[in-house]
Amino acid sequence: MSTRLRPARQWLITLPSLAWLGVFFVIPAVLVILTAFRPADLQGGVGPGWTLATLKEVQDPAYLPILWRTFWLSGATTLICLALALPVAFQMAHSGERMRQVLLLLVVIPFLSNFLIRVFAWKSLLHPEGPLTKLLIALHLIPENAVLLNHAGTVLLVLVYTQLPFAILPLYAAAEKFDFGLLDAARDLGAGPLSAFSKVFVPGVRRGILSAAVMVFVCCLGQYVIPQMVGGTGDEMLGSKIAQRVFSDRNLPHASALAGGLMLAVLLPMLVVVLWQQFGRKEAE
Amino acid sequence: MKRSRLPAVITCGVILFLFAPLGVLVVNSFNASRFGGEWEGFTWNWYEKLWAAGEVWESLWITLKIAVSASVAAMVLGTLAAYALHRFRSWLQDVHHMLITLPLVMPDILMGMSLLALFVLTGVETGLLTIWIAHVTFCLSFVTMVVLGRLQDFDFTLLDAARDLGATPAKAVRKVLLPLLLPGVLAGGLLAFTLSIDDYVITFFVSGPGTTTLPLRVASMMKTSRSLPVINALSTLLIASTFLFAALSSRLQRRA
Repeated sequence: MSTRLRPARQWLITLPSLAWLGVFFVIPAVLVILTAFRPADLQGGVGPGWTLATLKEVQDPAYLPILWRTFWLSGATTLICLALALPVAFQMAHSGERMRQVLLLLVVIPFLSNFLIRVFAWKSLLHPEGPLTKLLIALHLIPENAVLLNHAGTVLLVLVYTQLPFAILPLYAAAEKFDFGLLDAARDLGAGPLSAFSKVFVPGVRRGILSAAVMVFVCCLGQYVIPQMVGGTGDEMLGSKIAQRVFSDRNLPHASALAGGLMLAVLLPMLVVVLWQQFGRKEAE
Repeated sequence: MKRSRLPAVITCGVILFLFAPLGVLVVNSFNASRFGGEWEGFTWNWYEKLWAAGEVWESLWITLKIAVSASVAAMVLGTLAAYALHRFRSWLQDVHHMLITLPLVMPDILMGMSLLALFVLTGVETGLLTIWIAHVTFCLSFVTMVVLGRLQDFDFTLLDAARDLGATPAKAVRKVLLPLLLPGVLAGGLLAFTLSIDDYVITFFVSGPGTTTLPLRVASMMKTSRSLPVINALSTLLIASTFLFAALSSRLQRRA
C-alpha cells in the first residue's frame, strides 16, 4: 500500500467514530457547561442571553450536606468494594483454568442482569414484609419494629452490591498478570499469609487497585436511582438533585451547573490516573 | 506450606451476596404471597398477570428494536474505531483513544443530561431516534474495547500472506481479517445489546412520549405495589435470558 495514501486512509477509517463521539459526546458536554451560564425559561428550556445568576444559586449552603454525603458514600463504597474484591481477584487468579472461567461467569452474570432489577431485588428483600426482615426478627437480631429500608446504610449496601463487579473485574485483570511465585518466595522467607498478601500481592496489583477505585468512585458519584429507591428523604445524593432539577423543577441551567460540577469531580480523578499511567510507562522505559 | 483458606471463603461469601437477592426474586415469582415474606404456596398467577400485561410486551418490542439497531450501528462504528486505533500511531489516534475511553467512565447521569441539553438546544424532539443515538453513543466505546482486545491477538502477517498470494487489499480484509475478527465483533455486539436493554438512566433523560422502554416500564410499575409480584416474574425471565446470553457470548469468546 502506498505510503502517500496512508493519511487519507487513516482519516477515512477514524472519521465515523470520531465524528459520532464529537457530535454526541464532546459537544453535549460543552453544551452542559455553557447552559449553566444561561437563564432558565418556564417551559423547561433555555432563555436568551447569558447570566451568572445560576452559578450564584448553586452556591446554596443547602447543597453542602448533599455534596458531603455524595462523597462519603462514594468513598465508603469504594473502600468496601476494594476490601471484598481483592481476595476475590486473588482467589480467581490463583484458581485453575476451568474454575477461573466459572468464577468469571459468576461475577459477570449479576453485572449483566438488569440494574433496576438488582436494586428492586434489595428493595423487596429489605421490605418490612420481606424475607430478610422476617428472618432477622425471627432470629432476634433486630427489634420487632425495625425498618431496614430508607437509611443511608441501605444506600451504601446497595451501592456496594451494584458496584462490586466493577471492582472485581479490573482487579482480576491485574491479578492474572501477577507472578504468584513472588508470594511463595515471600512465604519461604518467613512471611505469614496475611503479610505476604498485603506486602507482596497488594503492591503487585496496585495499578488494578487504582483503576478499580476510580471506576467505582466515579460511578457512585453520579448515582441517583439507588438513593431514590432504597434511601430515605434525607439520603439524597448529588445525582438526585440533578434529576430533580431536570424533571421536577424543569430548570435546565440549574441542573447543568450541578452537572458541570459533577463533571469536574469525575474528570479530576481520571486525570490523576492518566498521569500516573504515563509516569509508570516512562518509569518502565 | 499451608495456604490460607480466607480468600476462598470470602469469594464464596461474595458470590452468595451477589446471587442471594436474585435468587429470592426468582423464588418469590412463584410465591402466592404478595410481599414474599413467607412461602404461601406455588403459583403461576404472576406469570399469567405478566402475560396479560400488554403494555409490558409493547415496551419489550420497543426495547428490542432499539437494542438491535443500536448494537448493529455500534458494531460497525466500534470495529472501524478499533481497527484505526490498532493500525495507526499518531496524534489523531491519541485523541481518538481518549474520546473512546472517556464515555466508559462518564457517569450515566452526565451522559443523559448532556444529550438532553443537546436535544433541547437544537430543538430535536425526544423519542425513538434520540434514544437510539444515546444508546449507540454509550455502546460504541464498549464494542471498540472488545474488538481492540481481539485485534491485539491478530497476526497481521496473515494479511501480507494473502496479498502475496494475489488477493487485493479489500479481498484480504474481507476473506482473512473479518472472518477471524468476527467472534470479537459479535461478542462486542452482544455486550452492546445487553447494555442497551439494561439502560435506565440515560434512556430516562432522552425518552419522549410513547417510547417507554422495558426498564422505564419496570420503574413505573415499581411505584404501584399491586404490580410488584409481576415485576418478580418479569425479572425472573430477564435473569434467565441474561444467563443464556452470558453462556452464548462466553462460548463465542472461547471458540476464537
